[in-house]
Amino acid sequence: MTRRFTRRLSSVLAAIATAALVLAGCSSTGGAQEEQAALDTPEYKIAMITHAEPGDTFWDIIRKGAEAAAQKSNIDLQYASSPEAGQQATLVDNAIDQGVDGIALTLATPSAMKGVVQRANNAGIPVIAFNSGIDDWEEVGAMSYYGTDETLAGTAFGKRLNDEGAKHALCVVQSQGQVALEERCQALKDAFNGKTTKIYVNGEDMTSVQSTLEAKLQADPSIDYVATLGAPYALTALDSVKSAGSTAEVATFDTNEELVSKIKDGSVNFAVDQQPYLQGYLTVDAFWLYLSNGNFAGGSKEPVLTGPAFIDQSNVDTIVKYAQKGTR
Amino acid sequence: MGAIAVFLLFFAVATPFRELDSLSTVAYASSTIGIMAVGVSLLMIGGEFDLSAGVGVITSALAAGMFAYELSLNVWVGAALALVLSLTIGFLNGYLVVKTKLPSFLITLSTFLMLQGLNLAVTRWVTGSVASPPISDMAGFGSASKVFASSFTVAGVGVQLTVVWWIAFIALATWVLLRTKVGNWIYAAGGNAEAARAVGVPVNATKIGLFMTVGFMAWFVGMHNLFRFNTVQSGEGVGQELIYIAAAVIGGCALMGGWGTAIGAAIGALILGMAQQGVVYAGWNPDLFMFFIGATLLIAVVLNLWVRLRAQRR
Repeated sequence: MTRRFTRRLSSVLAAIATAALVLAGCSSTGGAQEEQAALDTPEYKIAMITHAEPGDTFWDIIRKGAEAAAQKSNIDLQYASSPEAGQQATLVDNAIDQGVDGIALTLATPSAMKGVVQRANNAGIPVIAFNSGIDDWEEVGAMSYYGTDETLAGTAFGKRLNDEGAKHALCVVQSQGQVALEERCQALKDAFNGKTTKIYVNGEDMTSVQSTLEAKLQADPSIDYVATLGAPYALTALDSVKSAGSTAEVATFDTNEELVSKIKDGSVNFAVDQQPYLQGYLTVDAFWLYLSNGNFAGGSKEPVLTGPAFIDQSNVDTIVKYAQKGTR
Repeated sequence: MGAIAVFLLFFAVATPFRELDSLSTVAYASSTIGIMAVGVSLLMIGGEFDLSAGVGVITSALAAGMFAYELSLNVWVGAALALVLSLTIGFLNGYLVVKTKLPSFLITLSTFLMLQGLNLAVTRWVTGSVASPPISDMAGFGSASKVFASSFTVAGVGVQLTVVWWIAFIALATWVLLRTKVGNWIYAAGGNAEAARAVGVPVNATKIGLFMTVGFMAWFVGMHNLFRFNTVQSGEGVGQELIYIAAAVIGGCALMGGWGTAIGAAIGALILGMAQQGVVYAGWNPDLFMFFIGATLLIAVVLNLWVRLRAQRR
């Protein structure tokens, strides 16, 4: 009985393993990919490992940029993500064991990544940090950094609020205890001359984001600017402002397709863009440059900045068409 | 009793909490938890769990949005197809539970994880992005958002329609539980399935039906999310299943089945809703937001227990 079960189990496992192999084989060496590769460089294998929440539109744009660069430069890109630092580190370990040619890594929790980056360096695998970790990438042991500084972005946002004549800003944080988000809020607060109030919302549940913001706006009618740290939350904030009967304006960090259309129709005032597509693209292409020609941007001393850039009424028209493609 | 205590607490410490507008916001926050809690509590009375309920909401919303957009259908047709999908997921959950006799915790944990992956993968595959396409300019959106996500004004206070739906669902569930044969079946199936079967209760059909009821509620809340926010991100919903189960348990549903009421689950949802919004109205340190919600819950359940023990002693 037990033996038969074991045997059946192992045959099922074998079937699953075969299926996985077939699937993996399909995706890593697509016919079209090789056709387009007119480069004479060998195919490099790059792992991109982020701290993205699965299903967040922002990270999708990063990934599209990375995939575009991979296709152009004959790179086999392997994308993986986990919002938990421990699991993210395990994914890096996994990539090292696979013997990839390079690892692109977000340093949302720099201290947790230090060990695995060291291990990668010892194994001779270059690591490029992107998106987060501007203060720590050198110390952690990454070769270069592509992204923005959260503090720069927050400061730019705060100064813009001063120009807009805002008095009381509500900073909406969708995930508690994330270093990058906290830095944005803090920098905004430091640069903004008016009062800044911080609020945490449950990013996993839009209805609760909506009602929490509505509650806050009712509780404090002096709030005249809602600053969200991600595009989907700005769209929900519009709804909250309306149902709370508040006159507060809405502006946000980061963008997506719908948000760009809201800037176009004037309901969202502006967005501070860190150009996620650029982050993904440049990071992957940086490996190609390094592996095929020994280049490294920033000379391993300075970060390469991809923002902050403002999107508002003045330039939204040129951005709309790319946003519709899902690449801005 | 716990609900009254939580209400009085925030009434005392948070000035804005005393406004009718605020109470309407609290009622809305409670209703989106509460509608799901109705289905989840019925299922728990019937002796089973559904961990896939949280992501099931998002699955349904994504499916409706994508069906309508990709096939250029009237959004009502998209919603109908999503309903079929939600009921099918519920049916599969129930069928697997009664056929394998494995704990529903394990079966629905599996479907929960599978749906979480499918939400992301299918959305990306169909739309090339990770959120459902915006559908606000499509035929039927106006009437659908009237049904699922509109608000109306009573005495100058805007009330979300979900609150009315919530009350209707509670009333319906209460009537079924207390006045119908099916209600007896649910209590019997959860209390002692073998004994119930011996006296002719269709235990398997009852349980499958309960899973499908949760599927229906997930569809309803999913439609609310879709028609209120126009698009849905595929990663949402994770963790919400525990909130629904918590609402049912705070309201007196036994974790082992056979005991509980729909009204209890409603009160549980109300306590959760008040705690979530009350902390905001009170303006307490936002870093401690989760702590305050947890502490409020603890006070509410301990108070409930204490009242019940005193009542029994008399």
